This record gives sequence, structure tokens and C-alpha cells, in this order.
Amino acid sequence: MSINTTNMKSRKLKSQIFYAIILICTLTTIAVLAALLISVFSKSIGWLNWNFLSSLPSRFPAKSGIKAGILGTLWVIGLTAIISFPLGIGAAIYLEEYSKKGWLKELIQINISNLAGVPSIIYGMLGLAVFVRQWGFGRSILSGALTMTILILPVLIVAAQEAIRSVPSSMRHGSYALGATQWQTITGVVLPYASSGILTGTILAIARAIGETAPMIMVGAAAFISFVPGGIMDSFTTIPLQIYSWTGKPQAEFQNVAAAGIVVLLAVLLLINSIAIILRNKYQDRVKS
Amino acid sequence: MSLKMKINHLNLHYGDFHALKDVNIDITENAVTALIGPSGCGKSTFIRTLNRMNDLIDNVTITGEISLEGIDIKKCDVIELRKRVGMVFQKPNPFPMSIYENVIYGPKIHGAKDKKVLDAIVEKSLRGAALWEEVKDRLHKPALGLSGGQQQRLCIARVLAVEPEVLLMDEPTSALDPASTLKIEDLMEQLKKEYTVVIVTHNMQQAGRISDFTSFFLNGEIIESDKTENIFYKPRDKRTEDYITGRFG
Ligand SMILES: Nc1ncnc2c1ncn2[C@@H]1O[C@H](COP(=O)(O)OP(=O)(O)O)[C@@H](O)[C@H]1O
Ligand SMILES: [Mg+2]
Repeated sequence: MSINTTNMKSRKLKSQIFYAIILICTLTTIAVLAALLISVFSKSIGWLNWNFLSSLPSRFPAKSGIKAGILGTLWVIGLTAIISFPLGIGAAIYLEEYSKKGWLKELIQINISNLAGVPSIIYGMLGLAVFVRQWGFGRSILSGALTMTILILPVLIVAAQEAIRSVPSSMRHGSYALGATQWQTITGVVLPYASSGILTGTILAIARAIGETAPMIMVGAAAFISFVPGGIMDSFTTIPLQIYSWTGKPQAEFQNVAAAGIVVLLAVLLLINSIAIILRNKYQDRVKS
Repeated sequence: MSLKMKINHLNLHYGDFHALKDVNIDITENAVTALIGPSGCGKSTFIRTLNRMNDLIDNVTITGEISLEGIDIKKCDVIELRKRVGMVFQKPNPFPMSIYENVIYGPKIHGAKDKKVLDAIVEKSLRGAALWEEVKDRLHKPALGLSGGQQQRLCIARVLAVEPEVLLMDEPTSALDPASTLKIEDLMEQLKKEYTVVIVTHNMQQAGRISDFTSFFLNGEIIESDKTENIFYKPRDKRTEDYITGRFG
């Protein structure tokens, strides 16, 4: 019954080496990120001010602002959320609660997972062909939002499906045993229980959409907008698109303007991710005993 | 003592597995019928057939007849049936909402809306489940904040709120501590005055203490059904006697 302890030393050594390797990996990542952030923040100093936030784009770096980008992003993302949320949840409910097991469901499921991995520029091309041209919505906020919707739907559906699947069967049974119909059980117990997961998934999907540039270039958001959008048929620009156009400008000072724009984009993303975390914690408290 | 439910030549298969074999039981009104037997013998399967919860499982085939006051439950609307035949599960399963919302969940799905009516239902049901005094000051607090025993009584209240005629309980105390178990056993005495109770238990003393009739299950068959005192003191079948005296279990 004696346990062999002779190779204890070499095992400990291996363990330490492994620890060192993963530590280096982690530190490298953090270092690269820190370098990027420092360069962006230092460039933006002096440029990121109230004037920058409240001005429209201009030919002159000092007069350029991100107001049109912020408002454009708000319009597009807001509309995207309104369209994609019911579609995504509806699809997830159908797939999890109603559809029969079988090849059709498998096929849909595989397709959704595949779509989640398609490069975003492809969605941009689809948006250009269908929404801008065929449906005649033009280069509008509506076209942009519809394109973003199909871009994030796969992610949203999968997240909502996972949330619905995580509802314990004891909850459903408790509801059915009281004489609830399937629909009453879904709205009364399943969705409230799954809501934190669904909300988190939606917000993270939307956060992804906020940073997307390529599909917006395809549907033709304008980089230079000298007015504030007032409706869904107006043309628009978004924060990442503004940044992209500033980085391509010849004047060196525009690099600083772009840096200021990046800081704004990061702030928006950070805000949205914190909202996701707060919501998740709030609902988790309610569900967990 | 009239007959509430009658089960005739009931057979149930999960795929090709024969889980219930020619089960015949009479369920007497306003009495407690206990189902005992070693685990895996089909007690839960049987009790789930009484409110057609097995409909939710794929691949189940059921033959034979179960009648509620003379009417075949296959012909009843399943929603109406589950309203009349309520069920309490082994593990307390309150919904992740307030105590109040848990109790009114059933009445609301059946159409009750008026706030005064709902308030009255909540108080009556919680009193019926011997929980009112403990929770009356925190009705709007989350149900998941209650202790396990309180949660199980809340689940009983939730069922009482839809005013069923029959109460099915599948090992309602097996996840609870002795003090909470005792509370629920005491409650049983009250409940049978108004309801017909069917309870699964693998705790023999519990069956002896609270039930009027007992059926002994073994491998999907009913070995013996009788008045509880006869099952315990004058079992007719050798296997019943062995089980009661703890020779296997
Ligand atoms: N959903 C199911 N599918 C297949 N077999 C099942 C299912 N539920 C129960 N069984 C089987 O039926 C038998 C009886 O189970 P159950 O009714 O849970 O017994 P008990 O409640 O007496 O412990 C067991 O052998 C169990 O494995
Ligand atoms: Mg069981």
C-alpha cells in the first residue's frame, strides 16, 4: 500500500514550469492590450472633450466631432434591438419548446450555428443586395439595422436557446401540474426563469454589433454626415465608421481625433457590458436560493 | 366512504420496458391512500398517470382505464383534469417569484383576476397548508428565501389554490428534515377532510401514521392493497410481510 513518492520532485517542477508558461501567456496578452490602450489614451488627451462629443464631423481636425456617430450608432443599435429581440426569442422558443425532434430541426440548428461564424462582410453584401437595393430602403438607418439584425440573430438565438434549456424540468412540471397550457407555462415560468440568460445574450450580441464596421460600409453608411438623423429612413454614420474614416485621413492630427473616437467606443462597450453583468446578477439572485 | 378514482387493468410501457403491470386500485374519497414499495418499483410512474403527467414524456404507452368519479380521464380535457387532480412533487419546486405570486399562479391561469378574490385565495390556501402564520408578513418576498419545509408547504398551498378534489403527493417529505416532515404529516390529517389524498412514501412509519389505505408495489405490480392496519398487522402476502418487517427494501 505504499505510494510511490520518488518522482515527487520532478512532478512539482513540472507543475511550476507549467504555471510559469501560463503566467507568461496571460501577461503577454495584458501587456499588448495595455500598450494599445496607453497609445490610444495618450493620443486622445486634449482631443477628447465636450466639443468633440457635441460636434459634427469637419474638414478641420480641431473642429471634428463624434456627435453624428454617437447618434447614428444609437439609432441603428436601438432599431436593431427592437427588431432582433422578438425575432430571436421567438425562434428560440419555437426551436426549444415546439419543434419536433428530427432532421428538420437538426438542419435548422446546424444552419444557425454556421451562420454565427459567417464573416460580417457577407452580411453587409446581403444587406446591400436585399435591403438597400431590392427592398428599396436605400442607404438608411433601417437598412443598417436590418443588416445588423441578421448579423446578430444567430448569436442571439443560440444564447436564448441555451437560457431556455437551462430551465429545470421541475419548473415546467410544476406549472403543467396546475393545469397550465404550454403557452402559459412558457410565458409564466420558462421565460421569467430564462430572462437573465436571454438578456445577457442579447446585450452581448448587441455589443458585438456596435463595433461592426464592415457591414456598415457595405450598406453604405456615409462617413461624412453634416446633420443629425431624425428618422429611420435618414442616412447615417456610426462610431466605428467615423473612426475608420478619420484613420484614413492624410493630416496627422486626425489620428488623435480617431483615438478620441476609440475611447468613446470603448466607453460605450464598457457601459453595455456592465449593464449585462448587472442584469445577470440581479436576475440570478431572484432565481437562485 | 365513496369511490373517487378507480384504476382498472392499468399497464404502462416506457418504450419496451413494462413499468406497470395490470394495476388495479380503488381510491376512496376523503381518505389518505399510501403507495409503498422499494425504489424503482413504479410508484412515481403510477401516481403520474393519475393526472396524466406521463403525457409529457415521449415514448410512453398506457392501456387500461383510470376513472375519476366514473369518467375515463383519457376523455377529460387534460387541463380540467389537472385542475381537479393536483400534484405535489418530491423536491419542493416553487417558482422563482414571490410567495404571493406562487400561490396565485394557478388561479390566474384559470382566469381569476380580481385582486380581492386573489388576496382571499392566498390567505385561505396558505392557511390550508399551515404556512400562513409564518409568511403573512412577507408575502411579497421571494419564495426561494423560504426553508425547504416551508417551500414544500408553499407548493401544497399552490395546489390548494386551484381547489382540486384529489391531491397527489410523490414522496413530499423525503427531501425534508424531521421537524418539517412532522408538520406535513399533521397537515395530512386536516387535508383529508376536504380532499382525497394519494401519497407515495418509502417511509413505512409514515404510511402507518397517516394513511387509511395502503397499496404495496413491487416491480411494477401491486402485491396487496388493503386498509393500512391490515397491511401492517395482517399482511396476506409473504412479500408484503417481508417488506413491512424490513427484510428487504
Ligand atoms: N421517463 C422514463 N423513461 C424510462 N424509464 C423510466 C422513466 N421513469 C421511470 N422509469 C423506470 O421505471 C421504473 C419505475 O420508476 P419510478 O416510477 O420512478 O419508481 P419509484 O417511484 O417507485 O422509485 C424504474 O425502473 C425506472 O428506471
Ligand atoms: Mg419515485
